[in-house]
Amino acid sequence: MTSPLLHIQGLHVEFKVYEGLLRVLNGVQMAVHQGERVGLVGEAGCGKTTTMKCVLRILPSPPGRITVGRITFHGQDILKMSTQHVQRVRGRGIAMIFQDPTAALNPVFTIGDQLMTVIKYGSRENLGRKEVRARAIAVLQEVQLPDPERILTNYPVQLSGGMRQRVCIAMALSTEPEVLIADEPTTSLDVTIQDQILRLLGELVEKRQTAVIFITHSLGVVREMADRVYVMYAGSIVESAPKEELFGNPLHPYTQGLMRAVPKLTGGGIAEGIPGRIPDYLNPPPGCRFQPRCPQAIEGCELSSPPLVQVRPGHEVACFLFRES
Amino acid sequence: MTMGSRYGSAFARRWEGFRRGWYKFSRNPVSVVGLVFVFSISFLAVFAPYVAPYPEHAGRFVNFSEASQPPSWKHLCGTDVFGRDILSRIFFGFRYSLMMGVVVLALVVPPGVVLGLVAGYWRGTWIDTVVMRITDIFLAVPPLILALAVCSVLTPSVFNAMMAVSLMWWPWYTRLVYGLASSLRNEFFVQAAEVVGASRTHILFREILPNCVSSIFTKMSLDMGWVILIGSALSFVGLGAQPPTPDLGTMVADGAKYLPDQWWIAIFPALAIMITVLGFNLIGDGFRDLFALEEV
Amino acid sequence: MGILKFIAKRLLLSVFVLFGLSILIFLISRVLPGDPVRMALGPRAPEWAVQNLREQMHLDEPLYAQYYYWLSGALHGDLGQSLFTRRAVVDDIKEFLPATMELALFAGLIMAVFGILLGAVAGRYSNTWIDNSVRIFSYVGVVTPSFVFAILFLLLFGYVLGWFPTAGRLSPGITRPPVLTGMVTVDALLSGNFAALGDALWHMVLPAVSLALGGMAQEARITRSTISDNLRKDYIAAAKGFGVPERLVTLKYLLKPSLIPTVSILGLDFASLLGNAFLVELIFNWPGFSRYGINAMLRKDLNAVSAVVMVLGVVFVIVNILVDLVVAGLDPRIRLGAERGK
Repeated sequence: MTSPLLHIQGLHVEFKVYEGLLRVLNGVQMAVHQGERVGLVGEAGCGKTTTMKCVLRILPSPPGRITVGRITFHGQDILKMSTQHVQRVRGRGIAMIFQDPTAALNPVFTIGDQLMTVIKYGSRENLGRKEVRARAIAVLQEVQLPDPERILTNYPVQLSGGMRQRVCIAMALSTEPEVLIADEPTTSLDVTIQDQILRLLGELVEKRQTAVIFITHSLGVVREMADRVYVMYAGSIVESAPKEELFGNPLHPYTQGLMRAVPKLTGGGIAEGIPGRIPDYLNPPPGCRFQPRCPQAIEGCELSSPPLVQVRPGHEVACFLFRES
Repeated sequence: MTMGSRYGSAFARRWEGFRRGWYKFSRNPVSVVGLVFVFSISFLAVFAPYVAPYPEHAGRFVNFSEASQPPSWKHLCGTDVFGRDILSRIFFGFRYSLMMGVVVLALVVPPGVVLGLVAGYWRGTWIDTVVMRITDIFLAVPPLILALAVCSVLTPSVFNAMMAVSLMWWPWYTRLVYGLASSLRNEFFVQAAEVVGASRTHILFREILPNCVSSIFTKMSLDMGWVILIGSALSFVGLGAQPPTPDLGTMVADGAKYLPDQWWIAIFPALAIMITVLGFNLIGDGFRDLFALEEV
Repeated sequence: MGILKFIAKRLLLSVFVLFGLSILIFLISRVLPGDPVRMALGPRAPEWAVQNLREQMHLDEPLYAQYYYWLSGALHGDLGQSLFTRRAVVDDIKEFLPATMELALFAGLIMAVFGILLGAVAGRYSNTWIDNSVRIFSYVGVVTPSFVFAILFLLLFGYVLGWFPTAGRLSPGITRPPVLTGMVTVDALLSGNFAALGDALWHMVLPAVSLALGGMAQEARITRSTISDNLRKDYIAAAKGFGVPERLVTLKYLLKPSLIPTVSILGLDFASLLGNAFLVELIFNWPGFSRYGINAMLRKDLNAVSAVVMVLGVVFVIVNILVDLVVAGLDPRIRLGAERGK
């Protein structure tokens, strides 16, 4: 396997709050290769967005803190880079589409202002004003927004949710990143729009051969959009495999629980949920974080956290039920 | 911890909420400091006749042999030109300040809140227009000025000062509650109550009002400070308490003449005002943080 | 367009409000115990003189008639006569108002500029010593009455250190520039008399700062907490995440939305400024409108009191409209909210 373009290794993050320290990320391990489409699945609150914010180094730093970890991009550790270097990686190297397009756009500036600023600082060449504007219009057309010139003069409040999300996608793509992080890009939209946006994203990514990290809590979406899937629970990766392998042969009890929880069109009764709740990050269980809810837990699961190991070709699990092959 | 009976469970819930709130509130050092200030001042005010070193100095008292003494062990804050102990007068002065705050708020909050509820619930109708226009009229004048104007036409006294401040203060509560009520009005729980046929009174006071309480409460704590500030400004000008009443504002005014030499006559009462207002401010901020966190 | 309609609506509303205010203040000033005419003329004036003046001021007639006389006079620019200065209140206004406006505007400027600056710096460097000192300062500023500041500054910087003058608008030796606006600084600037300009500013520093501190502290607090909140917002993270340089993000994309709550309360803070001017002018012996007003109130000078309240009401209304315009200018959501109904 070629070396990964983006490699997250052993990422631990804690948040300092009133009541103490929230140990949010507990050793996240992830690799993305050139042109690869990776899906990151997990329930709300498991740390997906936090991980991605670390990659771009935009984690809000008074409460949040990266305690241990390496995030390499083209072999260089992002966490150790100088501010100028990171700024160059942002946008041109890695770009992110936020979950809530309304929150991600500055309400008091026009779309044009924000988009053109991103293009200006994100491009590899020194562009003049006309060029920047032309590119802005071009990228707005790419995301199938009608009347791009007028949109440049609009404020976010004048656009609908779907249009705002298209603008955010446009902004992310305008810098021609090598890795695109799409953080639940359709969660806050209507179902009908969701489909359009997903299709659009798929096309654009296909066209440009950009690597994508597609974050979602929906198994259905990940199946459509990703080649390889990472399953995340309570701050760490519990399983990762190529898409068909994962859906065909889920190994980790949590993944199995997730699959069971999806209702099937072919019938077979009401889908089952997974009993229990996500752990308290203030006092997380010392061993495997899923152990309190795990129907297959064995002795020793509560003592230490299982490492992510490869048990079949391309298939990794973090569970004491399996041995490294 | 269970309280089995039906009466018990509602009470237990309220008590639990209160305890949780208190826990959060007490974690914030700033609020605790404010609480300490306010309690101490209230204590001093209530028990002034017993706690003050020279309680008789609060009234008509002269002793020229001890006049204008700088701070000493005998008189911790010094004496004024009549030989009265300033510290004792400050304790009694707290009475007037606190009384002003309490009375004004007691007069202002009920009608102000009710008007706001009514105007907010019937938003868009003539009731709304009338109430809010009247509120606008009262708010059209910078606060202190209206109070001064009203005070000036009445005989200067503490009572009249309180009336004047009340007259200009009520619109703020109406505005606050109007904003809250008119947005809450469209919430599901209100519509549900309407559909069920609940009376207007019930909706206003049992559905909408409880959701406004935290904002009202925060504002009240902060307002105690502001009212005391305005009250002291009125007394400073001579439109509030009259001599020999030991009011903090009047004391500052009297003492101002003797600056810089007998600085203690004006400075200690001024510090007393500041500490009082600070205490309420800190508590108010603490409440604001407390309720904001709960909303998240 | 939208803006003109907005202004027109506000003006209409303001006229109504001012009208209501005039009735309110009229009622307050007329429904009083005591005999203002007797007070004005003194205990030894003969009864016929008192009666004469009473008739002249229509004080014997029913309230609505009195209001009618007053209102029609006011609409013709005649606000009656002051019982004490014995001349038209309008003339009194012309003489004293500019001094107060000058002071208020200067104080307002200090308050807005430094308040926002301090708050922005504190917000940017949250939870450091810079932030903490600004917070302490703002607590002190907020709880201390203006008159206490005024006294302290007068004492410390005026008498003890002697850095600033303690009374008046100009030093005796300086010639006063020709009266164009009545505001000494503006007049001096317009007539090129820079010595007078400097001197006048020097005289304004202490009273203006005493007035401004309370509002400055408020502005600083609000700016600080807004900036500190907005720093965590997604749009800031997104801007940084796309590679926009941090400097630009802070100075442009963070600052503008953060100014909105601060500017919104500028109107209110300016109002307290006008209110506190009464005390500060008294302490610094500033020959201004508020001092005139306080004296009128203490002497129950009816026409003067009504006029003072009305004039300040008008000023406040204008300031509010301006503030609302600026806020609408900064925040497109307000401008456009009506259109989309979102």
